[in-house]
Amino acid sequence: MKESRLAFPPALARIVSRLPQTPPAAVLAFALDRLLFPRLPLADLETLLEQPLRIEVSDLGLRLALTLTRQGFRPLPLYVAPRLTLRATARDYLALLRREEDADTLFFQRRLVLSGDTELGLLVKNTLDAIELEVPFLPHLH
Amino acid sequence: MPSSTSPVTGRRPELVCPVGNRAMLEAAIEQGADAVYLGFKNATNARNFNGLNFDEDGIARAIDTAHARGCRVFLALNTYPQAEGWTHWTSAVDRAASLGVDALILADLGLLAHARERHPELRLHLSVQGSATNYEALTFYHERYGIERAVLPRVLSLEQVAQVVRHSPVAIEVFGFGGLCVMVEGRCALSAYATGQSPNCHGACSPAKFVRWDETPQGLEARLNGFLIDRYAPDEPAGYPTLCKGRFAVGGHTYYAIEEPTSLNTLELLPRLIEIGVAAIKIEGRQRSAAYVAQVTRVWREAIDAALAAPQDFSPKPQWLAALDRVSEGASHTLGAYSRPWK
Ligand code: SF4
Repeated sequence: MKESRLAFPPALARIVSRLPQTPPAAVLAFALDRLLFPRLPLADLETLLEQPLRIEVSDLGLRLALTLTRQGFRPLPLYVAPRLTLRATARDYLALLRREEDADTLFFQRRLVLSGDTELGLLVKNTLDAIELEVPFLPHLH
Repeated sequence: MPSSTSPVTGRRPELVCPVGNRAMLEAAIEQGADAVYLGFKNATNARNFNGLNFDEDGIARAIDTAHARGCRVFLALNTYPQAEGWTHWTSAVDRAASLGVDALILADLGLLAHARERHPELRLHLSVQGSATNYEALTFYHERYGIERAVLPRVLSLEQVAQVVRHSPVAIEVFGFGGLCVMVEGRCALSAYATGQSPNCHGACSPAKFVRWDETPQGLEARLNGFLIDRYAPDEPAGYPTLCKGRFAVGGHTYYAIEEPTSLNTLELLPRLIEIGVAAIKIEGRQRSAAYVAQVTRVWREAIDAALAAPQDFSPKPQWLAALDRVSEGASHTLGAYSRPWK
């Protein structure tokens, strides 16, 4: 599976990383609202609500700050210190969402980095694993 | 579904796979699990992690799905209740019975008594957390509580397993693959020492609220309630933040003083396990994911079928081992206590 570790073209990464931060976070929040939010078991996610989260896409140089509220995902300014940070490449994130990779495996191999509140991290991971996600919208990167 | 049995024992060991959510259930059934085991979303089972496991509805649906496809469902209720939580545990037993699980996996003597008394028709398995390592203990559990199967702790050598199976009044299930535990399971006090919560009472070896991962200039540090468990260099594989798998300075050396972070893999012992007469082979890892269960179940299904069809020709295929190593903790494997010269 060397394939899945291929990095994004560096030129693309350079351009993406120079875009202003708010649009990508806002775009992500918008996408998550449409695709993920309706399926989230909010009752189980009390401890996650309003917590500043950071999602870093290492090969794109993207750092996105956002939070989950009862009404949906909201972008946050980057200066807000995150309670939980996730970092992986775009491919590995997609592989996780497509259920092609196991989060613990990526973690053991240091391809998924989780820092901050471990309990929240586990909650996020297990919730994403548990929801019955139809993922036709996720591009195949093979 | 293959139905061949061992020419030696006339038995076909059941492949029992871990399930922590719906997608894992589908994956396990799809890849040929004979049975799955799962737990309630609370401290009544040994994988009490946030967001993992099933509510009552989920279990009812899981049972329907599994039974429709010829797969059995075991429910792990294998932590030890404390005095203040007693009714919480007994009501979990009652709910499991009314949901119609195929077997209940228990460890606590009080709960075994409760289950036997209130639900005499319910099939009981002794959990690995019960730590029974000799057939005399199994005879007691069988005579007193009517258990029909026991899961052996991962601390016996192959010859010891054979000895237990030979004399046991109940069927024996052994671990085939997954995380290792060095303690005579159910009697571990390591994390209780560090956090005040033990795996066998609270259902987690390292409760997440006590775990910190910190990127430092020296490397990635894993701490459990402040205790430094390990520090990983940038390209070094990481492991679970359990005390037993940490690196400690002992007598001037810093090393895995208790256990290495590798996964148990008994694939190469499969023909022998079948010959010994083990009734079931269990895969660890309810905390993992659908991708893990799919990969591991696929390999073990193929391997068990191959070992049954031609035990004398059996040898683990390199691609099986590679697939299993890929999802292993520490990306390598060991035979654990199964192969050890001393007894
Ligand atoms: S901390 Fe280690 S030795 Fe203790 S129960 Fe967990 S895996 Fe076993």
